[in-house]
Amino acid sequence: MAKNQTVKFKNKPVIIGSYSIVGPKEGEGNFGEFFDYVMKSDSFGEKTYEKAERKMIQHAVVGAIEKAKIKPSDVDLFLSGDLLNQIISSSYAARDFNFAYLGLFGACSTMAESLAVGASLVDGKLFDHVVCSTSSHFSTAERQFRFPLELGNQRPPTSQWTVTGAGACVLAPKGKGPRITMATFGRVVDYGINDVNDMGAAMAPAAMDTLLAHFRDSNTTPDDYDLIVTGDLGKLGSEILIDLMEDQGIKLGLNYNDCGQMYFTRKQATLSGGSGCGCSATVFNSFIMKKLRDGSYKRVLFAPTGALLSTTATQQGDTIPGICHAIVVEGVKEED
Amino acid sequence: MDDKKRNEAYNNYVKAKIPKTRPWPSLFNSFWIGGVICCLGQGINDLIMLAFPNMAEQTAWTYTLVALIFLASFLTGIGVYDRIGKFAGGGSIVPITGFSNSITSPALEFKNEGIIYGMCVKMFTIAGPVIVIGIIASILVGLVYLFI
Repeated sequence: MAKNQTVKFKNKPVIIGSYSIVGPKEGEGNFGEFFDYVMKSDSFGEKTYEKAERKMIQHAVVGAIEKAKIKPSDVDLFLSGDLLNQIISSSYAARDFNFAYLGLFGACSTMAESLAVGASLVDGKLFDHVVCSTSSHFSTAERQFRFPLELGNQRPPTSQWTVTGAGACVLAPKGKGPRITMATFGRVVDYGINDVNDMGAAMAPAAMDTLLAHFRDSNTTPDDYDLIVTGDLGKLGSEILIDLMEDQGIKLGLNYNDCGQMYFTRKQATLSGGSGCGCSATVFNSFIMKKLRDGSYKRVLFAPTGALLSTTATQQGDTIPGICHAIVVEGVKEED
Repeated sequence: MDDKKRNEAYNNYVKAKIPKTRPWPSLFNSFWIGGVICCLGQGINDLIMLAFPNMAEQTAWTYTLVALIFLASFLTGIGVYDRIGKFAGGGSIVPITGFSNSITSPALEFKNEGIIYGMCVKMFTIAGPVIVIGIIASILVGLVYLFI
């Protein structure tokens, strides 16, 4: 028997404020007009890109707190994660805040992971205000996982472009804003893909696993959602997911899309699309939040995926494990 | 066992699904860019020979290589070489300019971690294997030459 992986929240925690910050290339992408802040350069006035990524998280967290109209001293807990070794962007960013801090790692699924954990804690009335945040940076990810920036190599057509961006949002037990009603915690799934340039194919089975678990546990179908959105499967990965789901007898229709696939314009030549924690985090905290607030979307299933690989394991010949966490956010029209 | 079969089937499915790179346009671009780099080298060599007619040919070649290495390194530094590489592929990787790029780019990238542990250590992360294999190959070829 399949175990229940889905939590249904009784008190339905509210996202009272959200904020997104992106790099210049992302600002020119398809979601450009929705972001709260577009940086003028990738280095954000810092000496190194790692420091820039840290500053981006801090900027996003402060922005989210301001938009939630609470004081920094009201924040009880800060949940954050990123792609770098020892999640330095998050932990080092947390150094300058006076919050309790939990570092999370779910690779590119971290936004949903932090929201699922945060919502559980708020729903259980253990904390009042929880800030959830993640970030990724093209230049820091590239140098950790791939090649130096200036190396004159060609990227294979399945490769994706790590989004430079950070997103943050504030959860509270009550207030105005979209509510998190369910969360499905994913299992680690590995279908034996070992090509590090093909993350979409490595993560698609994880997305399938979590979506199946979600539909099973919550007794819903894809038609119950206005939008089902994965994080960074990219063009190839999202096609694979549609095929995989079809094999399982579930049709993902026009209400399904992928943040990575939508992120950049065709001219920006990012091949298979965007990726990274920042990809789903910035879309969620800008576009999706806005559409939930103005009532265009009533119910969104947000299911970003993450590839839990390390370069060491890959070089030792290991295959790439994937994970996917899903949350359901319901919009309440802001008039009351 | 079941998992193994499932993974195999999935890998085959993905392989069929992956968009293919078209080899001919890529080959054409690398061919002509590679050719241009070689002509440039020959041009530099001819100019050196013209300017210093008494120079030994061997010495002129050395200066040509130095000039090409400098040029590629410089273009890497100002952020142009990766763009050429993106377009030309093997055409700009195979000549000595590609080798220069593969040493300069990590050096640039890791200079923030300090001169010794950053730049000097990481400088050869990409070029290192090429040097090692090059030396081993030349030893083997030398041994073969010795006994023939």
